[in-house]
Amino acid sequence: MLEIKNLHVAVEGKEILSGINLTVNAGEVHAVMGPNGSGKSTLSHVLAGKEGYEVTKGSILFKEKSLLDLEPEERAGEGVFLAFQYPIEIAGVNNVYMLKAALNGIRAYRGEPELSSVQFLKMVKDKVKAVGLDEGLLNRQVNSGFSGGEKKKNEIFQLSVLEPTLAVLDETDSGLDIDALKAVADGVNKLRIATRAFIVVTHYQRLLDHIVPDFVHVLSQGKIVRTGDKELALTLEERGYDWLAEENLV
Amino acid sequence: MASNAENIENLVGQSYEAGFYTDIEQEMLPPGLNEATIRFISAKKNEPEWLLEWRLKCYQQFLSLTEPVWANVTYPSIDLQAISYYAAPKRDEDRPKSLDEIDPKILETYEKLGIPLQEQKVLAGIAVDIVFDSVSVHTTFREKLAEVGVIFCSFSDAVREYPDLVRKYLGTVVPARDNYFSALNSAVFSDGSFVYIPKNTRCPMELSTYFRMNAENSGQFERTLIIADEGSYVSYLEGCTAPMRDENQLHAAVVELVTMDDAEIKYSTVQNWYPGDEDGKGGIYNFVTKRADCRGKRSKVSWTQVETGSAITWKYPSCILRGDYSVGEFYSVALTNNLQQADTGTKMVHLGKETKSTIISKGISAGKSENAYRGLVRVGGSAENARNYTQCDSLLLGDRSAAHTFPYIECKNPTAQIEHEASTSKISEDQLFYLRSRGIKQEDAINMIVNGFCKEVLKELPMEFAVEAQKLLGISLEGSVG
Repeated sequence: MLEIKNLHVAVEGKEILSGINLTVNAGEVHAVMGPNGSGKSTLSHVLAGKEGYEVTKGSILFKEKSLLDLEPEERAGEGVFLAFQYPIEIAGVNNVYMLKAALNGIRAYRGEPELSSVQFLKMVKDKVKAVGLDEGLLNRQVNSGFSGGEKKKNEIFQLSVLEPTLAVLDETDSGLDIDALKAVADGVNKLRIATRAFIVVTHYQRLLDHIVPDFVHVLSQGKIVRTGDKELALTLEERGYDWLAEENLV
Repeated sequence: MASNAENIENLVGQSYEAGFYTDIEQEMLPPGLNEATIRFISAKKNEPEWLLEWRLKCYQQFLSLTEPVWANVTYPSIDLQAISYYAAPKRDEDRPKSLDEIDPKILETYEKLGIPLQEQKVLAGIAVDIVFDSVSVHTTFREKLAEVGVIFCSFSDAVREYPDLVRKYLGTVVPARDNYFSALNSAVFSDGSFVYIPKNTRCPMELSTYFRMNAENSGQFERTLIIADEGSYVSYLEGCTAPMRDENQLHAAVVELVTMDDAEIKYSTVQNWYPGDEDGKGGIYNFVTKRADCRGKRSKVSWTQVETGSAITWKYPSCILRGDYSVGEFYSVALTNNLQQADTGTKMVHLGKETKSTIISKGISAGKSENAYRGLVRVGGSAENARNYTQCDSLLLGDRSAAHTFPYIECKNPTAQIEHEASTSKISEDQLFYLRSRGIKQEDAINMIVNGFCKEVLKELPMEFAVEAQKLLGISLEGSVG
């Protein structure tokens, strides 16, 4: 589904990613771990198409299309979704209204008819329960006045409505207490299906207790330095990242 | 400008072609402004002597005034002698009584402008007084309003049928000498709307007027007078559109509102006149004087405006809070794109005790446009415990547009409380990326953010109007981001 080859990315002339190779198939959950500054968020942003990142080398193929040639909204249309580490507040814009515009934008990209308000609201009511988001938040302004946990749940709720084939979760666990973490992870687990892949970017192993990955990749200084299964995450929890960095030097 | 005034004076001295202004069949007055022009307009409208005299007096005052130069706008001097001051639709005598009688071509134009008159009439129950060029060609629901004693008619009709009311209030809120443009309007005003809400009456429907300009070289000088008697309420909607055209058109309207004890007027405007093209060619010069006199105790006036059109907007809907406990509100969205210029805001003049005013202004500048908020809060010595809250937010799109804020505060009473908040921000890249990553196209994402920015103002508009205004903001921003 997703094939990242020898990806080099620079920000303001400074190289952040230095040759990432990663293949993700449908149904898989890949965790990308690494210390601060290793390039985790850069990878998420480049996948979603944020401006300010210069791809100097390499390619990203998504369902055989070059993702790098597409605008962010086109990537969404192709089925890419990014759950933000810091979801953005947009004053005066209703949460559900935004989501309806998003879904219909994606449907238009795919040549599908728009959903009517009635159809849309019915679907939303079902999904909001599934992710455990307070229904009252639906009609609030986008992320405005939401608690940290509510913001992250809102991201997962959006994921459930937009139904991407590739969901990138950027440090979804940051700033969450353990109950909120569990709730968010439960939401994600319900959305794991055979046709959908996840890339879970996280600093800490604790999220992976709840969202159990098929693969764990360790990112360090812009490169994937180790790939393993969920056991690798546990080792990291125990020994920290320095151990890998040292081993790599050897 | 001085040279202009001189020109006018020179021309006044010239003799006019004999017989011309007595020709009542004449449908269009050739360009030119002088006393004869005013006599022609007045005669054409069969106005009583007192009104002609008033016009002439205003004209004399106009001659002593000069064009204001303090606004943050630039434009070539306007040649008032090149403007025609009277144009009437054909078959003037033969006024239609229902929509069926209206020229389908005219209806078609309205449809194109997105004004589904038929639908609105039936669905929304809105009474519509269309001003097509200078003469009101159609008034609906007048009988229904008459049942509760509400008068809603063209200004000309009001002069004929309710001369005492017109005479009592005309020019008492905006005196002719107030400014250059109000004096000009007072001298040559063509037509407009008149509303009177009797005591203790809630107007049973929203009153709506659509204005437009069409005829070549015809300046438009609307005159609106709304009187809300004790304990009454009215919501008045004014929406404006103009067709594409190349020449600049001057529009100098005057709107006067009067509220007596416990009365309330809610006045909403969506202004979408032709702004000129991308190179700043053409477009309407919109120099408007709007003022409300809250004469009565506990009376209230609320101005809401969405200004997206016109090449130049010069407009300060104001409230004189004369009655104790009276309330003035001003909610404004002013959007400028390309080479548009707006200098708009309000004046809140607190004279009565315990008077309260709120100002919420949202300015959006795109392209190479200039957008200024100019507002005055004045608290007189007698205005014990007056309160004002002002919030002025500016949003910039791109890096070639400009936003300015000119707040003036004059306070002569130490018990007053005046608050002013202001912010200027650029449209946030993070917000744009967030929405686009959800599948929303860039242009739609910008619209969404802009509409969100204006939410506090848009929610003050009546429902149908708010929807129209939202669409308008989107249309006005088209092409603003490359």
